[in-house]
Amino acid sequence: MKPTQFDYVRPDSLDEALSALAETDDAKVLAGGQSLVPALNMRLLRPSTLVDINRVPELDNVTRGSTSSLVVGARVRQSDPRLNAHLVLAAVLPHVGHTVTRNRGTVCGSIAHADTAAELPLALLACDGTAVVASARGRREISAEELFLGPYTTALARDELLVESVWPELREGDGFAFEEFAQRGGDYALCMVAARVRGTELRVVVGAVAPVPTVLTVDADSPGESAVAQVEPWGSVHGSPEYFRQLVRVLVDRTVVRAKEQAA
Amino acid sequence: MGAKAASEPWVGRPLLRLEDEALLRGEGRFVDDLDPVANARHAAVLRSPFAHANIRRLDPTPALDLPGVVGVLTGADVVELSRPFPAGIDSPTPHYAAAHEVTRYVGEPVAVVVARDRYVAEDALELVDVQYEPLEPVLDAEVAVSSEACASDRSFHYGDVDSALARADLVVRERFRSARWSCTPVECYGVVADWSEAERSLTAWANFQGPFTLHSVAAGALGLPGSKLRLLTPPDSGGSFGIKSAVFAYVVLMGLASRKLGVPVRWIEDRLEHLAASSSSSGRLTHVEAGFTSAGELLALRYDAIEDVGAYVRAPEPATLYRMHGSLAGAYRVQNVAARNRVVLTNTMPSGLNRGFGGPQLYLALERTMTIAANRLGLDPADLRRRNLIRAADFPYRTPSGALYDSGDYGSCLDDALTLAQYDERRAEAEAARAEGRLVGVGMACVVEPSISNMGYITLAEPGEERGLPKSGNAEGCTIAISALGGITVHTATTPQGQGHRTVIAQVVADRLAVEPSDVDVLTEVDTATSPWTIASGNYSSRFSGVGVGAAAAAAERLSEKITAIRAHLGDGSASLRRIAGTVHWNPEALPPGMEPGLAVTAYYAAPNLLPPDADDKVASSGAHGFVADVAVVEVDRDTGEVTVLDYVTVHDAGRLLNPLLAEGQVRGGLAHGVGAALFERHVYDEDGNLLTGSFMDYLAPTAPDLPEPRIAHRESPSPFLPLGAKGLGEGTTMSVPAAIANAIADALGRDDVEPPFTPGRVWELLRQ
Repeated sequence: MKPTQFDYVRPDSLDEALSALAETDDAKVLAGGQSLVPALNMRLLRPSTLVDINRVPELDNVTRGSTSSLVVGARVRQSDPRLNAHLVLAAVLPHVGHTVTRNRGTVCGSIAHADTAAELPLALLACDGTAVVASARGRREISAEELFLGPYTTALARDELLVESVWPELREGDGFAFEEFAQRGGDYALCMVAARVRGTELRVVVGAVAPVPTVLTVDADSPGESAVAQVEPWGSVHGSPEYFRQLVRVLVDRTVVRAKEQAA
Repeated sequence: MGAKAASEPWVGRPLLRLEDEALLRGEGRFVDDLDPVANARHAAVLRSPFAHANIRRLDPTPALDLPGVVGVLTGADVVELSRPFPAGIDSPTPHYAAAHEVTRYVGEPVAVVVARDRYVAEDALELVDVQYEPLEPVLDAEVAVSSEACASDRSFHYGDVDSALARADLVVRERFRSARWSCTPVECYGVVADWSEAERSLTAWANFQGPFTLHSVAAGALGLPGSKLRLLTPPDSGGSFGIKSAVFAYVVLMGLASRKLGVPVRWIEDRLEHLAASSSSSGRLTHVEAGFTSAGELLALRYDAIEDVGAYVRAPEPATLYRMHGSLAGAYRVQNVAARNRVVLTNTMPSGLNRGFGGPQLYLALERTMTIAANRLGLDPADLRRRNLIRAADFPYRTPSGALYDSGDYGSCLDDALTLAQYDERRAEAEAARAEGRLVGVGMACVVEPSISNMGYITLAEPGEERGLPKSGNAEGCTIAISALGGITVHTATTPQGQGHRTVIAQVVADRLAVEPSDVDVLTEVDTATSPWTIASGNYSSRFSGVGVGAAAAAAERLSEKITAIRAHLGDGSASLRRIAGTVHWNPEALPPGMEPGLAVTAYYAAPNLLPPDADDKVASSGAHGFVADVAVVEVDRDTGEVTVLDYVTVHDAGRLLNPLLAEGQVRGGLAHGVGAALFERHVYDEDGNLLTGSFMDYLAPTAPDLPEPRIAHRESPSPFLPLGAKGLGEGTTMSVPAAIANAIADALGRDDVEPPFTPGRVWELLRQ
C-alpha cells in the first residue's frame, strides 16, 4: 500500500496552482487527501504530479454569495463551523465520514471526487448548487446538474480546479429532509435521499444507488414507489439490487414525509 | 489506586493498567518500532490474483533491473530451501511459505521482492513477470467434502445416541452455518528476519503470539533445530485475538528471503494483505440431531460438522474442530453424544486461531437447537435449559467426551441473567410488540467457556493408532529476579496483546513478595534464546489467568520462601527486601548453609488433569471451564432489515476475578467480536474465489458506537484445580453472542432458518421470503 512515484508541487498562489495544473496532463489536486491518499496508496490512481493547494491563501473563505447562498472555498474543511449556517450542509455533514476525516477532508474535494455514495455531491445537487472552476484559461460556473457525469467523473477539464462551491440557501417556507442508510455510523451510505419541498415543487435526489447523484421526478402520493421505478441499483456484497430498491422506496418515503412536515 | 489495608491482597482489586502510561505517551514498542538490526531491507509480497491457477512462468528478471531492488525470492526458491509446514493432520497438498507451480487462494504469496524501501519493493512487484493459467476453484465446502479435498473424516461416539434418539419424543434436525470472519487487530503482521550463514541460524523479530508449538513448525519448515530459530517478540502488540499466531509462516518466508539475499529483511503487512491472506476463522456447517423428551430433557446430541479450513491445513488446524471437544454437550447433562468431524480444503485463505476458536461455531448449533426444541415442545427456552444444566452439586463434572468441568453454579448464573434482564417482562413485551406488527425478540445462550487448552487435544484429529507419541498438558514458565538493590524483574512468556498481563502479574507477585505492584517490573518481550518458555507458551485459549499467573505465583512463592529463610538465618525479622537482596548479591557467605546463591527463580506451572486423549477418544480438552449466560433483546426494522440490540445482559462465572477492571475489558472485547460475528462480519468470496471483503469498506467490523452497551454481572466459583482459582474469560461472550442474538432474531421473526451475520441486507431477504 505505497503510491507510485509522483512529483509534488505546493503553490503559494492560485495562479501558480493553475499553472501547475496547466503544465501536466494527469495532475491530481491534493486538498484534504481523505479519498485521494488511500486511492494513491492502493495504486488506483497514478498521477504524475500532485498539486497541493493547502498553501493557496484565497481558497479558505466561506462567504455570502450575491444571491442568497453560501460560498465555500476549496480548502474549507468539512468540520468548519461556518458551514453550519447552511441548513442543508448542517443536515448532511454529520454523516460525512468521522470527526477526524472531516477535520482534513474538504467540501469541494468531496464534490470534485464525485463519489455517488458521498453526501456532499448529493447535497449540492439537492439545493441546486454550483461549482466555480478556474484554470489558466479563465473561470466558469457549472451547475450541479451538469457537474456529475459518472462515477468519480465530473465536467471539470484536466486543467481546472474547483475553487468554490456555491450553496443556495433554503427559502422561507421550504421543507428539507435528508436520510441515509449505512451499516455503521460514518460509513458510505448504501442509499441516501434528500428531499426539498418548495411550494408545490418536490425535489428528490438519491445517491449511492445510481452512478451519480440523481434528481428523481416523484409522485407526491406514492413517492417511494415512483422513485424505485427510476433507479437501477447494481447490488453489492451488502445487498441485492432488490434490497437497494427497497432502501430507495423506504428512504424516499421517509424524507418526503419529513420535508413536507417541515414545509407545513 | 488508593492505599490498601495491609491485609488486603492486590489480587482481586480493579488496579489500573500499569501498561497504559507508556502507551498514552507514545512510548509503546510495537514490531514496527523495532530497529533491531542494521541495514534491514524492505520486503513486499507478490500475491496470487487467482483462487486456483497454474503458474506457467515466473520470471523476476525485470524487477531485478529496477534501481534499489536487492533481489527476489520465488516460490521455487522456497521449495528448494525449505520443507512443507507440518500440521495436525496430513494434508493432500504440501503447504510451503510461498506457492510454487500452483496457487490455491487469492493472496497466496508467490514471490518476495526485497528492496531499499517498501515503495521500490512495491514498484518492483509490478515488474515480476508471472503468467497464470487459471484453474477451476473449489469454494463450496459441501461440494468439497465428497472429493479429495476432504482432508480428515473422524467420528466419535459417547453413550448410545441411536437408541436415545429412538426413544425421544422430539428430534430436532437442523443445520447451522458459521461464516468465516476475522479478528481485525489494529496492528497487522510484522517480521524482521536476519539469517546468519556462519551460524546457519535465523534470528527473527515478529509480533507472534504463540502457541510456541508454531515455533517448532517454523523451525521444521526451515530445516533447523529449534535452537537455530531465535524468535523474539516485541513488548507491545497492537492486538491479535488469535490471528497473529499465523505470522509464523511469514517468519519462514522472510527468513528464506534473508537467507537467499544475504541481507536482513523487514516486512510490515498492510491491511489489504492482512484481510486477504493472513488468517480467519474456519467456516462450519453443522447438521444437528437432538432428541428430547416431551418434558424437555435432552437425551442425545449428534453433530455432523463440515469444517472449511481454506486452502491448506495450517497448524494448529484443524484445532478449531477439537478445541471444544470435551464440551460437545455444552452446559448440559446429556450423556449420549456423537460427532462426525470432516475437514475440507477450499480455495480460500487458510483458517487459524480466532477469538472463541470453535466456541461460536459449536454454540450457534447447540444453543439454537435448545431454543428450537423449547419452542417445538411449548416450553420456555429458559426452563428447557434449566432442566438440562449441570447442577452445582455435580462439580467437578466429567463430560461424556472427557472434559473435567472444575466448578460452577450454572443454574444460579442463568437465574441472575434472567433477573437482570427482567426476562419474563421482556418476553411479554416482545409478544405484545409482535402483536402490533413490530419485530421484537428475546434470545438467550448458555455456554461453557473453556480455557487453557490441552496441547494433546489436537491429536484426536488422527485415529488412536496414528497419533504417535502422546501429547498433553499446558505448561508456562516465569522468571523472577531481584537485583542487588531490591528491584524486582519478572520475565513472562505469555506474549500479551493488550490484555494487561503486566498489571496482573505485578499484582500476583506483589502479594507474594509484600511489595507494591508498581515495584514489580514485568518484561513481556519473549526471546526463545533466553525466556522461560515452553512449547505451550503464548497467548491463546484464555490461558493467562490460569497458567501464566500460575507460573508467576509459583516463582514468587519460591522466592518468598527463600527470602523468609534468609531473613530467619540473619536473625532480623524486620530486614528489608533491599537488605536481603544486598546480602545475597554482596555477601553470599552469609546465606544459610547449603542454600543456592542468587536471588532469581524460574518456575514452570502446568494445569492439572490435562491427559492425552484416551483409547475411547475422550479428552480433557481444557484446564478450566467458566460459564456464561446471556439474554439478548432485539428489534428488526421491517422496512430495512436493520437489527437493533435493545438490551444485552451477560452473566459470567470465571472463578476468581484477578482484576475486575481487566475482566470487564475482556467481557466487553469478547462481546465486540461476538457482535461482529452476529451482526456485521463475514468474508465473502465470489464464484471465482475473489475476496469481496478485502478492505474495511466492505469487511465491516463494528466500531464502539455500533455496539450495544452490555449489562455485565459476575459470580465467582473458584476453580479448585488452579492456584488462584481464576479461569479464562476472554472468549466467553464471543462464543455466546452469535447464538443469543440468533435466538433473539429467530424469536422476532418467528422462524428458525436464520443465519448470522444478520446484516440488514441479509435480514431483509429473509423478511421478503
